[in-house]
Amino acid sequence: MTETFRPETEAQLIDAISWANSELLPLEVIGGGTKRGLGRPVQTAHTLDLSAFSGVNLYEPEELVLGAGPATPLAEIETLLAENHQQLAFEPPDLSALLKVESSGTLGGVIACNLAGPRRIKDGAARDHFLGFDAVSGRGMAVKSGGRVMKNVTGYDLSKMLCGSYGTLAAMTRLTVKVLPVGQKARTILVRNVDAAQGVKALAAGLNGPFEVSGAAWLPASIAARSQIDYVQQVQSDVAALRVEGFGPSVDYRCQKLRALLAPFGETEELHSHNSKTFWKAVRDVTPFCDDDDRVVWKLSVAPTAAPGILSALSHLKEGVAYLDAAGGLIWLATQSPKHGAHEPIRDAIAQAGGGHATLIRGPASLRNAIPVFQPQPGPLAALSQRLKDSFDPNRVLNPGRMTEGL
Amino acid sequence: MKMPDPDKAVIARRLTIADDLRALVPGEGVIVDEDERRAYESDGLTAYRTPPLIVVLPQTVDQVANVLKYCKEQGIKVVPRGAGTSLSGGALPLEDGILLGMGKFNKVLEVDYDNRCARVQPGVTNLAITKAVEEDGFYYAPDPSSQIACTIGGNVAENSGGVHSLKYGLTTNNVLGLEMVTIDGEILRIGGKHLDAEGYDLLGLMIGSEGLLGVVTEVTVRLLPKPETQRALLIGFPSSEAGGNCVAQVIASGIIPGGMEMMDRPAITAAEDFIHAGYPADCEALLIVELDGPEAEVDHLIEEVRIIAEGLGATSLRISQSEEERAMFWAGRKAAFPAVGRLSPDYYCMDGTIPRNQLPHVLSEMTKMSKHYGLGVANVFHAGDGNLHPLIMYDANNPGELEKAEDFGSDILKLCVEVGGVLTGEHGVGVEKRDLMPTMFTEDDLKQQMRVKCAFDPDGLLNPGKVFPQLHRCAELGRMHIHKGQLPFPDIPRF
Ligand SMILES: Cc1cc2nc3c(=O)[nH]c(=O)nc-3n(C[C@H](O)[C@H](O)[C@H](O)COP(=O)(O)OP(=O)(O)OC[C@H]3O[C@@H](n4cnc5c(N)ncnc54)[C@H](O)[C@@H]3O)c2cc1C
Repeated sequence: MTETFRPETEAQLIDAISWANSELLPLEVIGGGTKRGLGRPVQTAHTLDLSAFSGVNLYEPEELVLGAGPATPLAEIETLLAENHQQLAFEPPDLSALLKVESSGTLGGVIACNLAGPRRIKDGAARDHFLGFDAVSGRGMAVKSGGRVMKNVTGYDLSKMLCGSYGTLAAMTRLTVKVLPVGQKARTILVRNVDAAQGVKALAAGLNGPFEVSGAAWLPASIAARSQIDYVQQVQSDVAALRVEGFGPSVDYRCQKLRALLAPFGETEELHSHNSKTFWKAVRDVTPFCDDDDRVVWKLSVAPTAAPGILSALSHLKEGVAYLDAAGGLIWLATQSPKHGAHEPIRDAIAQAGGGHATLIRGPASLRNAIPVFQPQPGPLAALSQRLKDSFDPNRVLNPGRMTEGL
Repeated sequence: MKMPDPDKAVIARRLTIADDLRALVPGEGVIVDEDERRAYESDGLTAYRTPPLIVVLPQTVDQVANVLKYCKEQGIKVVPRGAGTSLSGGALPLEDGILLGMGKFNKVLEVDYDNRCARVQPGVTNLAITKAVEEDGFYYAPDPSSQIACTIGGNVAENSGGVHSLKYGLTTNNVLGLEMVTIDGEILRIGGKHLDAEGYDLLGLMIGSEGLLGVVTEVTVRLLPKPETQRALLIGFPSSEAGGNCVAQVIASGIIPGGMEMMDRPAITAAEDFIHAGYPADCEALLIVELDGPEAEVDHLIEEVRIIAEGLGATSLRISQSEEERAMFWAGRKAAFPAVGRLSPDYYCMDGTIPRNQLPHVLSEMTKMSKHYGLGVANVFHAGDGNLHPLIMYDANNPGELEKAEDFGSDILKLCVEVGGVLTGEHGVGVEKRDLMPTMFTEDDLKQQMRVKCAFDPDGLLNPGKVFPQLHRCAELGRMHIHKGQLPFPDIPRF
């Protein structure tokens, strides 16, 4: 019979994981369960539900720190921070529409999957804001690392290891993250009529000036035409977008400078607060691919200048459509029922263009079982990853196979 | 400080080993001469000295790989070294270990503005990266005070920070990729010009690993465009409490300054006597707040900070009107270490981090400790992120005084941990804070860290004696103590 364990204390969590070791019966680790569609499907007899480890237990706005249980809903944290004009600056995405689940999930889920939004290019990813944790390792041992302060090099940075490990190393019971002020004002500059190559150049021009650009995306005409924002809908061309945030006078000044700088690339337009927010939320949450269809969705991480070449190399994909974030460094790509999820042509194109990685973000479980969801690592790195898994979870009791076979 | 017992048999083979190494690193790259070896006997933690078995200065990645492979086969320990400015003894040599100096890896390999990054060799100095790109309007953000000398390889190993880390992050937030060589001689590439290499974050793990996991042979760093303007305020407060409150209020008002540094009275006096920066004589705490960005923003924020500071009873307040004046504000702070060095034959630099609101408490406790030990202490403080640098003044020629200084230092660090902080914010554990690790970590915590080490270096040949107070064999660490069928079904809530 399958059981769901729902420990309420660290001691109970230790019991559950120790028992799994003694029976060699793996556990699927869940916080809110909203990220189950990410990574490879995990088939385990039992589930380890961490939902009891929920709630904010530390928040000191002037110290820029927040501590909470991993199962604390992201929405709860975002509301609390907003009351103090603060935010998780890495802009965690809400993938609920894309993955067809109920909610945006939990803090633990976002950290365990190292998810970040468009502000990644300026303020970093989840990993850069994750200060410390308490957890129980796959060995059934309580371990902690990091702390609540911003600057800490005491021992190895195991927080980095846990961030993006998809629950394969340890079950967290508490995390601390860095929080930052929300900019008073946000504006977005649109540059019309720039194809991918010109678009990436325009984005680079903006980022390479002293404007503290905090979002840099490019949308093809087909996606722009379906935007919720009238201005974007009406551009009738490919469009590049750059966001500036901060104090009022500074934002006005930077917008003006940026528009002058970008004018040679194409006609420019400005989105103000509300529209700007809607625009970047759509980029962040992969809204262009959230329609109720069964296209597979990939996320490609590459050197920004490589993006246009990769897009043309992949233009043959059936009903393929892509948009760019992170100045081109992030390609979101959707395609219709491709052979083997198109992982081969996608990864070949990345290799040809100088390297990077591709992750299948949405796809049926059968596909996620059949092909590497994450970029396969070269032999020695893969072996090292296996040894690191051994160091935390030698019996493979936590989320086995979630990232790659045997991990 | 006890180091692992040297292996006499290895020491006896010094000349044979040197011959073997000469076959791998031709030319002048292998040093056995005692006088020449002495040049490497310590790093920035000068209280500890040990001439290494042999110094090896490789020039290519293949040489590094061959040397490491050889050492692994022969069971010889290896201590990597950049510029030797570590303040925690991270690069302290071992009598029976080779010192692998990375100084010849000193080239900037590629500057790629379109992707805002540069590929550099690990022996390039921190400042040289900025120098290579500043004419084109870029810089590398983390700026340790030692940046003229320290290398990017050392920065990666220590996860070094600087006065601009509050806004721009530490080394770990500014590195995109690494090439490294394992003790097996395997060359690994992690990350690159793209963001967030997936799989376990080996890049994040390597940064701050103090030379215990592998030898870094190439670093891809993120470049940032230089801000349009930088201006600073120099603000005097009647107490460190008022200074601390100012820092908290600035941040609470939504401002993240480029830099925010604080000095206490002894540090102010020392710096002023040395540099004549024009620091006020009538304050107990001095704050430098630097704002950077477009002129419109900087002007606006300077005004906001001024209002906050005056509201908190600032006794003096100056705003830099020129680049020269801004540089002058910083000159005293940047020279604080040597300035204290003039007051005392020796000083010992600590590096704890605390939650900022604990500052007044920690400073007043430190004053008591200073009386107790009869040793002076001056404080410089990365105020924005709570990173303290108490400088303990002592004279190593007075018998027992070094030990007293070390005890004083330990007391400070224990206090940092007690109030919710940590042993080291940016200098690393090294040998210096090794034995204090149990104040912050349980035995199980440390064992997990050692298991991570085992995944890279099961024989413990890379930089042993650093970071971990007690060494365990990897076979023992790897063993699981739970056996099949041993445990009853757990009695916890189920569904
Ligand atoms: C006056 C002074 C001011 C300082 N100010 C600051 C400051 O503001 N902020 C700060 O963070 N630090 C500061 N430091 C400390 C020190 O400069 C940094 O820790 C620096 O990063 C060390 O670099 P290095 O090249 O000198 O490394 P080393 O001292 O040679 O080595 C440091 C560690 O790195 C390892 N290492 C070096 N190169 C490699 C490599 N290629 N591969 C693997 N491991 C390697 C070594 O084994 C050792 O463990 C200061 C030091 C001094 C003396």
